[in-house]
Amino acid sequence: MGSLKKSGGVNGAILSRIATNDQHGENSEYFHGWKSYDKDPFHLSRNPHGVIQMGLAENQLCLDLIKEWIKENPKASVCTPEGVHQFSDIANFQDYHGLKEFRQAIAHFMGKARGGRVTFDPERIVMSGGATGANETIMFCLADPGDVFLVPSPYYAAFDRDLRWRTGVEIVPVHCSSSNNFKLTVEAVEWAYKKAVESNKNVKGLLFTNPSNPLGTILDKDTLKNLVRFVTKKNIHLVVDEIYAATVFAGENFVSVAEVVKDSEVNADLIHIVYSLSKDMGLPGFRVGIVYSYNDSVVSCARKMSSFGLVSSQTQFMLASMLSDDSFVDNFLMESSKRLGIRHGVFTLGLKKAGINCLISTAGLFVWMDLRHLLRVRNSFESEIELWHIIIDKVKLNVSPGSSFQCTEPGWFRVCFANMDDDTLHVALLRIQDFVSKNSNKTAEKASDNDQVIQNNNAKKQKWKQSNLRLSFRRLYEDGLSSPGIMSPHSPLLRT
Amino acid sequence: LFVSLFFDHNLFDLKSEKMKQLSTKVTSNGHGQDSSYFLGWEEYEKNPYDEIKNPNGMIQMGLAENQLCFDLIESWLAKNPDAASLKRKGQSIFKELALFQDYHGMPEFKKAMAEFMEEIRGNRVTFDPKKIVLAAGSTSANETLMFCLAEPGDAFLLPTPYYPGFDRDLKWRTGAEIVPIHCSSSNGFQITESALQQAYQQAHKLGLKVKGVLVTNPSNPLGTALTRRELNLLVDFITSKNIHLISDEIYSGTMFGFEQFISVMDVLKDKKLENTEVSKRVHVVYSLSKDLGLPGFRVGAIYSNDDMIVSAATKMSSFGLVSSQTQYLLSALLSDKKFTSQYLEENQKRLKSRQKRLVSGLESAGITCLRSNAGLFCWVDMRHLLDTNTFEAELDLWKKIVYNVKLNISPGSSCHCTEPGWFRVCFANMSEDTLDLALKRLKTFVESTDCGRMISRSSHERLKSLRKKTVSNWVFRVSWSDRVPDER
Repeated sequence: MGSLKKSGGVNGAILSRIATNDQHGENSEYFHGWKSYDKDPFHLSRNPHGVIQMGLAENQLCLDLIKEWIKENPKASVCTPEGVHQFSDIANFQDYHGLKEFRQAIAHFMGKARGGRVTFDPERIVMSGGATGANETIMFCLADPGDVFLVPSPYYAAFDRDLRWRTGVEIVPVHCSSSNNFKLTVEAVEWAYKKAVESNKNVKGLLFTNPSNPLGTILDKDTLKNLVRFVTKKNIHLVVDEIYAATVFAGENFVSVAEVVKDSEVNADLIHIVYSLSKDMGLPGFRVGIVYSYNDSVVSCARKMSSFGLVSSQTQFMLASMLSDDSFVDNFLMESSKRLGIRHGVFTLGLKKAGINCLISTAGLFVWMDLRHLLRVRNSFESEIELWHIIIDKVKLNVSPGSSFQCTEPGWFRVCFANMDDDTLHVALLRIQDFVSKNSNKTAEKASDNDQVIQNNNAKKQKWKQSNLRLSFRRLYEDGLSSPGIMSPHSPLLRT
Repeated sequence: LFVSLFFDHNLFDLKSEKMKQLSTKVTSNGHGQDSSYFLGWEEYEKNPYDEIKNPNGMIQMGLAENQLCFDLIESWLAKNPDAASLKRKGQSIFKELALFQDYHGMPEFKKAMAEFMEEIRGNRVTFDPKKIVLAAGSTSANETLMFCLAEPGDAFLLPTPYYPGFDRDLKWRTGAEIVPIHCSSSNGFQITESALQQAYQQAHKLGLKVKGVLVTNPSNPLGTALTRRELNLLVDFITSKNIHLISDEIYSGTMFGFEQFISVMDVLKDKKLENTEVSKRVHVVYSLSKDLGLPGFRVGAIYSNDDMIVSAATKMSSFGLVSSQTQYLLSALLSDKKFTSQYLEENQKRLKSRQKRLVSGLESAGITCLRSNAGLFCWVDMRHLLDTNTFEAELDLWKKIVYNVKLNISPGSSCHCTEPGWFRVCFANMSEDTLDLALKRLKTFVESTDCGRMISRSSHERLKSLRKKTVSNWVFRVSWSDRVPDER
């Protein structure tokens, strides 16, 4: 019954199970990194030896564009002299349908973020308290306590809270592995589905984030189509969290599930999208979450539930104006993609110098870093946690260990790169390079320095051959690029 | 829609098949939106009154909004450009706000909220900002508290009549139950000891574990503040039963009577129960939707002395945080003490004058209300207009008022009132002219009915006797409550 407080008495005063259990996930050891950061946060001038936050998937690269727009458009605020004539109407507006202009602007923006390849119906746009609220709401709509949703791992750590905590829904992971670059396959989903059903679980659906958190990869069209056909065949739901849709910076176009829903073999009533402006626009503080469903009953129910997490009308009003400004949006999406690509390039190149590889990714605000070679004991989660503690306490970087994402292979870490300025990133890279060179000195056998270096290079080359990593990085390594330089997102080196 | 489904069997089967795929929350009516309370809204949406564009449209009197003091906030905005343009001391803090998603909320905002709540209570009690949990409106705050205090199937006792939205907010996704504490017009709908005990027994009869009592103070839909006697009763009750007390004080700043608002926090202090186990079971819910008239901004709060609840509720607030730009704006607004004291005083003045207008307008139509000293509505007695003393007759009367008189008011049954014939009528969500028009329409309607004709014939006599009745209700209430505001 969870921990009973000393609140005396037998019955009434006890709190609920939900209030006293750990299902919110926040007592996990993974908060050690955050706590360390909070105690000793890095600042370029005031605290240059502090912990650098690389565990927060924020997009800080384009806030200047938004700030500029707000400055130039005072009418979009109900508080400025130019906009205050709207104040009373907007402050009074609590209709859970949301402002029509807001829904239209969001639908419009969502279409643009997908390259105009799909359009969204404003009547299906339902608000929620961020994607956090949207994911919980969609669970409340699709599943009852005890029902199961399949979720490919590694997955966003907070899903354990968002999908399960108050809803009573269970997550059954579909484990993906490095053997095929963590790609989600229909076979893997089928297998997980079969096993779940065999153990008498009531599988209600499949949920995944695309582009992926923490991998930063996007699903190819064929697999997406096959997954959609699979859920149709099994008559289970598909929820795609497309919160990172506009963080694609290179490579193939992002294919939204909206693009395949019109397929004749698809039962659209089973398809739902979760969206938010927290990552694409870098506005997590404004709490803009969206539930978009092709199922009318779900739209209706989710809309009633949105009363528990409506978007502030002040925010709706401002964004309605901002997101209908086509020239702003077009420029923003282009700039954001460009800056993310550059940042990603700088970071991965810097990691390369330290002999660290990342999973090839073309989206997201982070990289999926391979530190398996640094584990004291191969294939050990204990070693992963040990390494993680070293990274936080010695290297002073808060990164996220793969196990916090339910990854089945030890040694992977998610490292965020878009939530800091260039100088901070540079410091982070220096620290990493410094740590790795110190570390390889320690682990090398007793030999001359030269031998040691050759051995290390050989070991690295071995790893190259063994790993499934793509051509481009090997080319980079052998070309001996030593300076980060600026990598164009359109560089053939990045395209895989 | 459902009628046609019965005739088309195939379609029915398909739809029920489709519905099986969804959760029971979708297919049940737990959201409560098929109640008449919401149907009136839908009618209004189809034909809304507009002074110029639709003068014969429906007048919305079913929405408890406070539209009387926007001008005060607007003039504050004009004088405070920094807050308006996301600046602090002239510097843009846009980036800071854009990224701020800490579920602990903005410290300066919580401090301002705590102080505002104190001010509303005459600074007699203190609120610790660290015990405040922000939520997306009191809708979210109430649901979150339920998730923290009740298991599915547990019950909370609520005095009737109560806010129809509670059926959704407290029960829908939480699985909690509401057991009514029946209040009657015989004593002005006050809560009595026997009603409390009866409700408690009833819950047990139904096999439900009672987790607590929830009251709205001042009351929606009654428009009355709980008396000290009732508050003492409630605190004693939850103490003896070892259960929780939630006091939704969303209307605390709308108190316009000569009495001062007495919060449950006042009573805890006066009974010297602060920092005791009992005080850990008393929780206050607040919001800026009614006092400040800002329902669109979604600002709600839970205040609890129990650390575990604060901790759990804080984590749950992730599902409905307050927008950072809104937190910032309101922290500046509420930190301006000159503004808040002027606002509270002016707000009360305007509400009082508006309520008087409604009451006297109703009187001239031969209709009385429960004497109110708070809120944005009156609890109107239309029992004499019913054909029979039944809820069917109440619904008939309501339909006439909605469809013929074109006023959207809320029937007592939607508020779970046990006596037919009472209606909640809002007065603060429209202009004075619109209110006058509504009253005129109502008077015309009443005079056109049999009752009305009787009234207009002997209106003077009737009004005299009605006034007597009003006075005795008033006297009745006053004898229970504090007469001298300064007395504790």
